[in-house]
Parts: sequence; C-alpha cells; structure tokens
Amino acid sequence: MNWDWGAVRDFMPHFWDGLLVTLQALALGSVISFALGLVWALLMRAPTRWVRWPVGVLTEFIRNTPLLVQLFFLFYVLPEWNITFSALTTGVVAIGLHYSTYTMQVYRAGIEGVPAGQWEAATALNLPLRRTWTAVILPQAIRRVVPALGNYVISMLKDTPMLMAITVLEMLGEARLYSQEHFQFTEPLTVIGVAFILISYPASLLLRALERRLVR
Amino acid sequence: MTSGLWELVLKGVWVTVQLLFLSSLVAGAVSFAVGVARTSRRWIVRFLAGLYTEVFRGTSALIMIFWVYFVLPLAFGWQLVPMWAGTLALGLTYGAYGSEIVRGALNAVDPAQREGGIALSFTPWQRMRLILLPQAVPEMIPSFCNLLVELLKGTALVSIMGMGDLTFSGNLVRLALQESAEIYAYVLLIYFAIAFVITRLMRALEKRLKAGVGKDPGTEAAARELKRAQTTGVGAASGGAA
Repeated sequence: MNWDWGAVRDFMPHFWDGLLVTLQALALGSVISFALGLVWALLMRAPTRWVRWPVGVLTEFIRNTPLLVQLFFLFYVLPEWNITFSALTTGVVAIGLHYSTYTMQVYRAGIEGVPAGQWEAATALNLPLRRTWTAVILPQAIRRVVPALGNYVISMLKDTPMLMAITVLEMLGEARLYSQEHFQFTEPLTVIGVAFILISYPASLLLRALERRLVR
Repeated sequence: MTSGLWELVLKGVWVTVQLLFLSSLVAGAVSFAVGVARTSRRWIVRFLAGLYTEVFRGTSALIMIFWVYFVLPLAFGWQLVPMWAGTLALGLTYGAYGSEIVRGALNAVDPAQREGGIALSFTPWQRMRLILLPQAVPEMIPSFCNLLVELLKGTALVSIMGMGDLTFSGNLVRLALQESAEIYAYVLLIYFAIAFVITRLMRALEKRLKAGVGKDPGTEAAARELKRAQTTGVGAASGGAA
C-alpha cells in the first residue's frame, strides 16, 4: 500500500468545495424535514380518517423505499412534468421529504409525551385550539425531541453522498471526479471517509450532552 | 413494458434479494460478535469493539462501498467479486448499527439474572448462551426489523457501482423506454413489497421467540404482569443466595 501525501494536498481544494455543498444540502434538507415532519405529525392527529389514512400510507411508503430510487424518481420524472430544478435542489427536496417521514414519528412521540394535564389545563383556561398548540403543547414537545431530531441530522449527513448519483458535486462526487482524472482512488476516498467520521462523531457526542440537559 | 424488460427487472429483484440475504447474515454475525464484545470485562476488548462501531457508524455506507470497490484492490490487492464486495461493505456498516442493538438489549436484561448465573457457577459463556441471550434476543427483534428494512434500502447503493440489482435494472429500463415515472413507480413498489414481507416475517419471529421465553407479546397487561412475577421471583432467589 502506498500513500501519496501529494495527492491529498492536491485534493484538498476540491474537498473544501465538496464539503460546502454537503453542508448546504444538509442544512436545507434538515429545514425541510423538520418543517414537513411537523406537518405530517399534525395531519396524523386530524379528526377525520380521510386525512390520517392517506398521510399514513404515503409516509409509510416513503420511509420503506430507498432514498436513492426516490432521488432518481424526482431527478428524471419531474422534468417530464415540466418542473425543472437544479440537481442540488432536487437532492435537497428528496432528502428532506425522505427524512420528514422519520422526524414525523419523533414529533409524534414528543406530542404524546406531553402530560394529559397540560391539555386539560389549556381547556380549563379556555385557550383556543391554535393557542393550545403554539403556546402549550409544541414548546414542550419540541424541547424533548431536539436530541432525536439531531440524530436524524447525522443520519442525513451520512446519506448526502447519494446526491452524487444525480450529478451533485458534494464530497463523494468531488472525490470520484478527482480519482477518475488522476487515477488515484485511495487518498480522496480515505480523506472523505475520515472527514465523515470527524464530523459525525463529535456531533453525536454533542447530542448526547444536549440530551442530558434537555430531557430530564 | 415488454416481457423481456420484465425479465430484466425480475433478475434485478433476485440480485437484490440475494444481496439482502447475504449482507444480513454478515451484519447479524458482526452485530452479535461486536455487541457481545462491548459488554466484555476487559477494557481493551470493549475499546476495540467501540472503536469499530464508531468508525463504521461514523462514515457513510456509500463511501464504504466505494472504498471496498476501489481502494481495497489498489491498496491491498484484494479484488472481490461485486456480490461479495457489496455484501462486505453493507454487512460491516449495518453490523455496526446492529451491535448497538445487541449491546442495548444485553444491558437491559435484569442484572439479577446474571448474578443468578454466577451464583449457580455458570461459566461466562454459559451465562451468555443460556441466560442472557435467550432473554435479550426477543427484545432485539423489533429494532433488527427496522435495521433490516434500512439494509434493504442500503442495497440500492450497489447499483451506483454497476451491480445489476433492482435499481440498476430500473435505470436500464428507463433508458430503453424513456418512461421514468412508470418504471420508477414499479421499482419503488417492489421495494415496498419486499419491506412489507420482511416486517411480517420479523413479527412472526418475534412472536415465536417471545413464546419460547414464556412471554406473551399479544397484550401489554400480560407482559407487565409477567415482568412483575419474574422480578419478584428473581429477587427472592438472590435474597436467598445472599
């Protein structure tokens, strides 16, 4: 095995470009999944089964099928319907949509974890429904679920390399491009592998600390 | 779609199922070996097992696949058949996730059970095999079921390396027909059907295993009742030993 530090040095500028794209995709994907997950979770509490049932089936379907195929679906099918996004936007939407079906369950657990007394107190105080949710239930529910949401952000980070398959030049995409141009596979792939560990391990330690503080 | 193209898709399904089966065997073996090692009394064994888990959980499955395909042959001269390369990469990655499940379930077994084993002078291996695992395994099944569905979704990644699985044949059919919506809808439905079968099988397995250790998975109340009886019984036994 021969390790070439020169190749690492040459690859680093590409690495930073890739890292930036990865972090962009991660940040936007997280925002979409947090928002959409909350929408799903609230829809699942709708009084009529005509809302609950389709939402349940749809989210179950998205959760149990590969993100990669969903990426291909959005990337190749949307243009046929005359909706054109950039590859990165498509990827962000797909990741956000996929993970919203996970965050939805996190929110659900958080909402169910709010003690029944809080609902009863809101009723006793004659708070309107909207205010019950925004001022009483959600602040308590979301505080509890922050660490669990953070775990899904880390999972999302580890799924961003899939965007390479739809031509997004994130870290793995940059590594592959560099490898094919210079025929040096070992260094770029190892560098990004180590980079993922260096990002995700401290992040998970941070989340564990956060969990101890927020969830009592 | 013509019958020839359907044949292509069916071949893809077969490759996906094979890959799922083989890599779940590897992942299962790794998760038990590493998970049990993480409860070891020697710190060095615990440390190495923990290191393995953090490294393989920390990086992405797709990067592992790239690494096994491109770096192993160049760096070490190990050229693996695509099927085995995919199996190895997926099995090692998802095994790291599985080891957390095994460790969690082993730690969740009532400590008095282990103490009972010590009191009866069982060897550590006997304790693991006869006392801890039979009680811990049924508790692992729901988590392993989720992991298996994740593994199924992970098998789609090998298509990026050109292995002819379901996703890959889906891409080929798309190139042939230019009917993206239809073919990808079929592919997604097939994955969903496989995931559904996995979930059903694992639920049946859980029922059998729980019956094997005298637990009724059916009703919550029965499970709680049983748990109380078990703890009190064990408490009395360990009290007698002390």
